[in-house]
Amino acid sequence: MTRFSAWNVFWNGMTGQKGWDRQWRDATPKAHYDVVVIGGGLHGLATAYYLAKNHGIHNVAVLEKGWIGGGNAGRNTTIVRSNYAQPGNREFYEHSLKLWENLSHELNYNVMFSQRSHIALLHSPGAVDGAARNYNTMRRTGAPDAEIWGLPQLKATVPHLNYSADARFPIMGAAVQKRAGTARHDAVVWGYARAADQRGVDVIQNCEVTGITREAGRITTIQTSRGPIMAGKVALSVAGNTSRLWGMAGLGRLPIESHKLQAFVSEPLKPLLDQVVVFGMGGAHFYISQSDKGGMVFGGDLDWYKSYAQRGNLPIVQDVAEAAMSVLPCLGRVKLLRHWAGVVDMSMDGSHFLCKTPLDNLYLNAGWNYGGFKASPAAGWYLADLVANDRPDEKIRNFDLKRFERGLQIDERGAGPDPKLHG
Amino acid sequence: MIRIHCPFCGPRDHSEFSYGGDGSITYPALDAPMEDWHDAVFLRENICGVQTETWQHTQGCRMWLSIDRDTMTHEIHKVRPCHPGVKTLLRTEQ
Ligand SMILES: Cc1cc2nc3c(=O)[nH]c(=O)nc-3n(C[C@H](O)[C@H](O)[C@H](O)COP(=O)(O)OP(=O)(O)OC[C@H]3O[C@@H](n4cnc5c(N)ncnc54)[C@H](O)[C@@H]3O)c2cc1C
Ligand SMILES: [Zn+2]
Repeated sequence: MTRFSAWNVFWNGMTGQKGWDRQWRDATPKAHYDVVVIGGGLHGLATAYYLAKNHGIHNVAVLEKGWIGGGNAGRNTTIVRSNYAQPGNREFYEHSLKLWENLSHELNYNVMFSQRSHIALLHSPGAVDGAARNYNTMRRTGAPDAEIWGLPQLKATVPHLNYSADARFPIMGAAVQKRAGTARHDAVVWGYARAADQRGVDVIQNCEVTGITREAGRITTIQTSRGPIMAGKVALSVAGNTSRLWGMAGLGRLPIESHKLQAFVSEPLKPLLDQVVVFGMGGAHFYISQSDKGGMVFGGDLDWYKSYAQRGNLPIVQDVAEAAMSVLPCLGRVKLLRHWAGVVDMSMDGSHFLCKTPLDNLYLNAGWNYGGFKASPAAGWYLADLVANDRPDEKIRNFDLKRFERGLQIDERGAGPDPKLHG
Repeated sequence: MIRIHCPFCGPRDHSEFSYGGDGSITYPALDAPMEDWHDAVFLRENICGVQTETWQHTQGCRMWLSIDRDTMTHEIHKVRPCHPGVKTLLRTEQ
């Protein structure tokens, strides 16, 4: 496989782009793997890559029922940040952001990570105080790029926001993380797939897991639409479908519900917004950035009711349009190009699970909702570490399924044990 | 848009309602063991298919309803008042 380099790009440009190889093999399933990763989203692919790279485990398969990145990896609004304040979350997402900062280089693939700042608008003195508390915590514990901005700085940096005195939600300032930004989601998927393949991992598409065979407390065989596959260890990374796979493994209930989250993209515009802007106030929730192609990429809340359907609905279109108009009225005449939905795992405290399970050789990566894209590198990193070494790293010790029994909720939003309220 | 046939107000768009959550959960007695409370508060069947859930007609009669809905197709199979006595009560008072 060709390594990408400036010379390579130049040479192929001169010779009709004919010198490129496949980015990864179209692997056919083998009878046995040391590790089978179920789910070819970003988390699954990153896990396989770090298993090979960090732990020298190369006999690995990633099984994907559709095409890699066709799930939430390719449906999200691509925001990457580490402005989390809860112990556990803070260290985890900061580690992820550090991995993002070197990812294009590491994977030899341009993931277009653009650290353009994440600007969370503040609309009340209480919100300013709350943000100051969280951002001070971050500054003191390893994220020095967290800042609280007053109106003059915000106006100078993002001039198009609705600053008028009679705005529905007058703006008082903003909480800003400067190293945060966006990345090209498809590129990250392809980059991880290519880098994993290069280290021997079989990336197997159109291979749906339909059953899981157990013997005593262990999984022995994975039944798939392309035949049975024996597995030494199994890692589950299937985003909104966790409960279904959990059921296939003969396990009971989980602290998870499947909810759907919608996203939108507008027609391409000339450069308008050079940051990620986020707005949340009462029931309104809105986040927006401009892609490198010019489309305004934005989203809002989940649908408020449980759903496995990967499609949108009109009440959320209205919600999001209202939020857009209250924050960026200049978007009023911009046309919507596309609108879609992804099914995410909403956990009971809004935080994820990266842990061992009641089965000896089954490892779980689940419970991601609004924040799983930014987490991809770290989720893969720590899941690989867990699978390889059979013990949780200090950083993921509390992301286990039993934390609620211990009285621990890692609840960034303070919304309690109700999935539909997290965001 | 999902249409919900409210037994009190007739068919309405689902945006008039608030989703209450999984209606199959029965909370244990207040002095029940911790494990029972843990299971009721945190663990979910998370059915892909027909599940019973609660909705409140917040923009209408404000009644709580128990609804059987397919979480994959969003088809609504059954709607009934959460409190079975409410309908009879209303009828006898008229
Ligand atoms: C609209 C939207 C906006 C979002 N915005 C952001 C954001 O801005 N920032 C952020 O950090 N996060 C965001 N997220 C969350 C983030 O996208 C997810 O949490 C994250 O992508 C989940 O991890 P994944 O990529 O591995 O999941 P997925 O890409 O969904 O991967 C899971 C894979 O498992 C496969 N699978 C399922 N069942 C089976 C089976 N039986 N056999 C084989 N394969 C199976 C699926 O096909 C899928 O490809 C957003 C999500 C949505 C839906
Ligand atoms: Zn009603």
